Amino acid sequence: MPAEVVILGGGVGGTLTANLLSKELGRDGHVTVVDPTGMHVYQPGFLYLALGQAHGRWLARDERTLLRKDVDLAVEAAERVDPEQGIVHLARGGSLPYDHLVIATGARLVPEEIPGLPEGSYDFYSMEGAHRLREALRTFDGGRILVGIAGIPYKCPPAPVEFVFMLEEQLRHRGIRDRTEVTLLSPLNRAFTIESASKIVQPIMERRGIGLSTFFNVESVDPGAHAVTSLEGEKAEYDLLVLVPPHRGQRFLEDSGLTDAGGWLPVDRATLQLQGHDNVFGIGDATNLPISKSGSTAHFEAPVVASRIVSMIRGTAPKANYGGRVMCFLETGHHRATALRFDYEHPPTPPRPSVLWHSAKWMFNRLYWHTVPQGRIPERTREVRREHEEES
Amino acid sequence: MNTTIALTLDLKGLSCPLPIVKTSKAMKDLRSGEVLEALATDPGSVPDFDAWCRATGNELVESSREDGVFRFVIRKR
Repeated sequence: MPAEVVILGGGVGGTLTANLLSKELGRDGHVTVVDPTGMHVYQPGFLYLALGQAHGRWLARDERTLLRKDVDLAVEAAERVDPEQGIVHLARGGSLPYDHLVIATGARLVPEEIPGLPEGSYDFYSMEGAHRLREALRTFDGGRILVGIAGIPYKCPPAPVEFVFMLEEQLRHRGIRDRTEVTLLSPLNRAFTIESASKIVQPIMERRGIGLSTFFNVESVDPGAHAVTSLEGEKAEYDLLVLVPPHRGQRFLEDSGLTDAGGWLPVDRATLQLQGHDNVFGIGDATNLPISKSGSTAHFEAPVVASRIVSMIRGTAPKANYGGRVMCFLETGHHRATALRFDYEHPPTPPRPSVLWHSAKWMFNRLYWHTVPQGRIPERTREVRREHEEES
Repeated sequence: MNTTIALTLDLKGLSCPLPIVKTSKAMKDLRSGEVLEALATDPGSVPDFDAWCRATGNELVESSREDGVFRFVIRKR
């Protein structure tokens, strides 16, 4: 009997884990991916979509086309996980028993947690949000734009900074920069949580005349008065407000009693096993790990989970551990970007923004569909590339 | 002055900027003069708490470290 592996979520983590497992296990295992939409969305593209630099079509593909033929896809919503019985109950009835379960269900946006936010603010954290913001920017003709974060943790930490840089560039091109004020609201006393990145980002913000409002933790939005209030007691007025909505884990995981208070899965930082359940793994945004919620995290975690499951099925000692590795690009506008590469032990030392990193990000955006879900970016090439950079 | 602790926040294991965000939220519910104690393990929280208190006008009564745990005592302004 082949081992049954059920994977919840058809994003980066779920898809890559499914493909790696099916390739490695052959007849020893059978993999089913469960996803409520059956569509795989390239979320880093929302930023470009909101700024009119990409089409929605480019950002979503049928999940079926990204999975190996021997992986089953169930376009279903999971309703409850019963780890004692080893069963996933589905929303439309029916259930899937598993020997090993991988939960890669990402984060959900909960704008309603901030009073006034759904009515008063735009965002680029969903396909719909990015489309709405794009329309609002199209008709925007000058005034005060505030960009901020309304809850922590949130996905893709560099995105708000990237957005202000790219927005500033766009306003310049449209000839309305001189009558537009752009301000970033930051929860800390610097533009970005990671200090080394802040040191690169802040001088660029200053040069481009982008304002920075520090220790501004959003408490509420007053859409009528066009004002946003912070927990620290400050009030800022806007003509256009762009806030990253608060995030939580998926509700069905909370209902299954598997999560912490924020809805995140408590997993072991090295093995990615769910606390108390050795045959259940968490990947990507769904976990409570204190690292970036980003596709890159899921990308580096997937091979670890796949390798550990293969070892468990084959009865060998699992060796793979996740070291907290993340790699993010950070666009700084004007065709330049830097890169943040770090892990649990090593904070990033980002290089000076350059055209090279911007090109690398564009290349990655274009090649994503043909490389990442299939596992065609092997770890080795990245290591080799890094060594090569350090030499040069 | 009275430094009876009205509320203790366990922020151990959380990384930047969560300790500040959670403290910000908790301070909101305290009355002026009340004291909050925050325990964190992120080394970055030391400069962050210092800067946050200076920016918000709350008093950082104590900032210390014991067994790898940073302790911040803050009086609400």
